[in-house]
Amino acid sequence: MTTEHIVSSYEDELASLDSKIAQMGGLTETLIAQAFDALCKGDVASANNVILDDAKIDEFELEIEEQAVTMIARRQPMALDLRQIMVAIKITSDLERIGDLGKNIAKRVLSIHTEIQPNQLMHGMKSMQDLALSQLKDVLDAYAERNTEKALAVWRGDEEIDAIYNSLFRELLTYMMEDPRNIGLCTHLLFCAKNLERIGDHTTNIAENVHYLVLGTNINEARPKGDNTSRMLINQDD
Amino acid sequence: MVATHVVESKAPMLEQTNDLAEAETTNVEPAEKSTKITSEDVCVYYGEKQALFGIDLEIPENSVTSLIGPSGCGKSTYLRCINRMNDVIDICRVTGTIKIDGKDIYDPSLDVVELRARIGMVFQKPNPFPKSIYDNIAYGPRIHGLTSNKAELDELVENSLIKAGLWNEVKDRLSGPGTGLSGGQQQRLCIARAIATKPEVILMDEPCSALDPIATATIEELIDELRSNYTIVIVTHSMQQAARVSQRTAFFHLGKIIEEGETTQIFTNPQNEKTQDYITGRFG
Repeated sequence: MTTEHIVSSYEDELASLDSKIAQMGGLTETLIAQAFDALCKGDVASANNVILDDAKIDEFELEIEEQAVTMIARRQPMALDLRQIMVAIKITSDLERIGDLGKNIAKRVLSIHTEIQPNQLMHGMKSMQDLALSQLKDVLDAYAERNTEKALAVWRGDEEIDAIYNSLFRELLTYMMEDPRNIGLCTHLLFCAKNLERIGDHTTNIAENVHYLVLGTNINEARPKGDNTSRMLINQDD
Repeated sequence: MVATHVVESKAPMLEQTNDLAEAETTNVEPAEKSTKITSEDVCVYYGEKQALFGIDLEIPENSVTSLIGPSGCGKSTYLRCINRMNDVIDICRVTGTIKIDGKDIYDPSLDVVELRARIGMVFQKPNPFPKSIYDNIAYGPRIHGLTSNKAELDELVENSLIKAGLWNEVKDRLSGPGTGLSGGQQQRLCIARAIATKPEVILMDEPCSALDPIATATIEELIDELRSNYTIVIVTHSMQQAARVSQRTAFFHLGKIIEEGETTQIFTNPQNEKTQDYITGRFG
């Protein structure tokens, strides 16, 4: 483990940066879980809460960024400290985007809460959400513990989220083709699924940053890309 | 409108995003520079006390190499080995080899005075001679007989002052005393004096530690310009300065080199924990 700074206030600032990221991460996790819960239950009140809560995450981003800039100006950080501060800025911006994606799911609840959701579809969505959320939790733990193994596991795990997204994409298109009255609901759900897939991508970014923070190098593997939907078409004859 | 940087190299760095392709061509150092100074197993003893332990270091030509480390780590001792300044200390003993352009500088047949003419040195505190600005620069060329007449000497003085970025400030007062200049000007005068003997290597021992930030920036800009023609070795206590001016950095601790490498790598991702602790201010 690294030794402490001679200047203790510097040490305190770095610790506070970490603790703010932990708090921001915790808020983001809760927000995603609540947004998805509101989606499943068609709970408008809870969706509205999520929309309001996203502002808190945005505030955290500004606060952490401001602290990072101040630290760069005052401390002229080097090596590990420099990496920690740069990575803090990047992780914060990924978390902020994740918050936005959660908020977007909540907004869609307001449009589709009256519609009946197909069970099987929601089952797939649920497992995608569970996976995205556990990935996010793991990557935040990896950051707190400076654990590159855990970060790599998250990084490699994103493929699984993509796989679920591919099959949901297919399924949703099929529903739409079966009955055009499904199109409204399914389009919204498709965006929700896409949001979860994007959350996975931001989580992967964070994993890369944890790796860089600890080792000073980038992950030396091709990033697993599993989202094939940009090349996917479903024919009526399928 | 934003004023331009005193240090010119910073401006293109900030503009890089506008034109990546161009930035790549301007910012890339030639892959391998040939080695100017080679040290092998250099040990220095002050009487019974050993100050340096087996220093192996290769210093590339036409680049800036900075030596960093806590007080008493041996970086200045090593610097003084390069122009054999340690010879003047009676109890000091140097073993191992230091070669410049492949020639052993501790070879008994070598003329030390001639060696020191090839290696300029700039110290922490500006130390102009108590003479005129002109004579400060002309002193070295005169004793080494580098010029044959007054016109040549005048030209050499002017050129040295131009290279040191001081000419415009002093051209109307060349007969005035060198000690009458400001601290930053005096330090540039000393650099001009070092350049006047047409050295190949310039050694700098904390050249900016007695200067204000603007004078420091001027010297750093000068170092950046000089490195296209000279091999520069600089000892500095300012890690930021080492990061700013040098291409390679060696970290000394307790008389040994702990880590040596490209400056950017040392300051973003040092491989040794001691280096990391030192440059981040964790040194216990």
